[in-house]
Amino acid sequence: MNYMDEFRDREVVRGLAARIGELAAGREQPLTFMEVCGTHTMAIYQYGLRSLLPPQVRLISGPGCPVCVTPNGYLDRAVTMARLPGTTIATFGDMMRVPGSSSSLMEERARGADIRVVYSPLDAVALAAREPERRVVFLGVGFETTAPAVAGSILAAREKVLANYFVLAAHKTIPIPMEVLSADPELGIDGYLCPAHVSAVIGADAYRRLAEERGVPCVVTGFEPADVMQGVAMLVRQAVAGESRVEIQYRRVVKPEGNRRAQEVLAEVFTPCDAAWRGIGVIPGSGLAIREEYAAFDAEKAFPVEVEAPREHPECRCGEILRGKVSPFDCPLFAMVCTPESPVGACMVSSEGTCAAAYKYGR
Amino acid sequence: MRVVSIDGTDAMAEIDGVRRAASLMVLDEEVRVGDYVIVHAGFAIARLDEAEAEETLRLMREAFSEEDMA
Repeated sequence: MNYMDEFRDREVVRGLAARIGELAAGREQPLTFMEVCGTHTMAIYQYGLRSLLPPQVRLISGPGCPVCVTPNGYLDRAVTMARLPGTTIATFGDMMRVPGSSSSLMEERARGADIRVVYSPLDAVALAAREPERRVVFLGVGFETTAPAVAGSILAAREKVLANYFVLAAHKTIPIPMEVLSADPELGIDGYLCPAHVSAVIGADAYRRLAEERGVPCVVTGFEPADVMQGVAMLVRQAVAGESRVEIQYRRVVKPEGNRRAQEVLAEVFTPCDAAWRGIGVIPGSGLAIREEYAAFDAEKAFPVEVEAPREHPECRCGEILRGKVSPFDCPLFAMVCTPESPVGACMVSSEGTCAAAYKYGR
Repeated sequence: MRVVSIDGTDAMAEIDGVRRAASLMVLDEEVRVGDYVIVHAGFAIARLDEAEAEETLRLMREAFSEEDMA
């Protein structure tokens, strides 16, 4: 088994779709399930899974794309730092074309800034070690799947006694925002498809409060098409039975307690803080800040910069899309003005963005 | 990705013929060559459990077995 093909089997997917139809049959009120993982967003669009669901089951996308939920101010700060002499910005590829208030990293690079795309923050650490005369700032964007890697890079930099490696941290955590959205009566969330790899780190137990105290069914789901369909079937079964528990569909990877070592590394380097989410606003305790002990690696503390007041595009509906209120097809700019080649908002640029998925794969 | 070699806390993993370095620094369990791991941004964050994968497939196929629909 290669852990992929088997979970993409058409027969299996169709069989699960039939099962969902059976479970939801006779249900008058439609069920609304939200996913909060960019990879789920992409998989659902890519495999056209919505078209396999009965009309009683509705899947909506939430704020699952970490690049998309990072407000313009962060990009603007990165752009400002990129303009400082002797500074190298190291970043995941996704951030390059995201539009800030007036520029993007791609545009800055065209103007001569030293900006390098890396696959891993460890590449940025190696870069800092190789070029001690440069100040290397890694853009730390991502949820709990990525944050341990960035924490690991700070530990590696400390071990190498590097004085020129910094992280501009904008990491966010997903369970608290899920609770915030579950309280929105307009959204009417009947259950969550919980993220696959975030949960591998934080553990399925992280959603227990959501399920047990807020009555929202939670199923931790993988992102192959058969996984998503099975996850939806499990949610429908719970909803119809009036249950609200945490279940693990993605049992081949996710444990109830998660990855304790990754959690330790996270807690060693980061501490919870308030964070601003595009489209939602500030959510207390939903971000990760670099702890005081590691302040030497914190770009914001090491060299604070003056940044222009951030401006968002007035017609961009990224914010509502991220909150699950509106679909990309409802945005007046979608595919007309805002395309992957000339994106107006982050949701179109990011490889995990809802608009990018909708554009690429259609309805 | 499949682990093809291990050197202390570093491993080389492969998928579709592409090889990538994967740090084992934040992994919570021992892995061996031949194991499958989830790699994110150059770090292995979880190991794939083959027995659980088989069980998942069994449950998925059962979803539309004749017995089940009776």
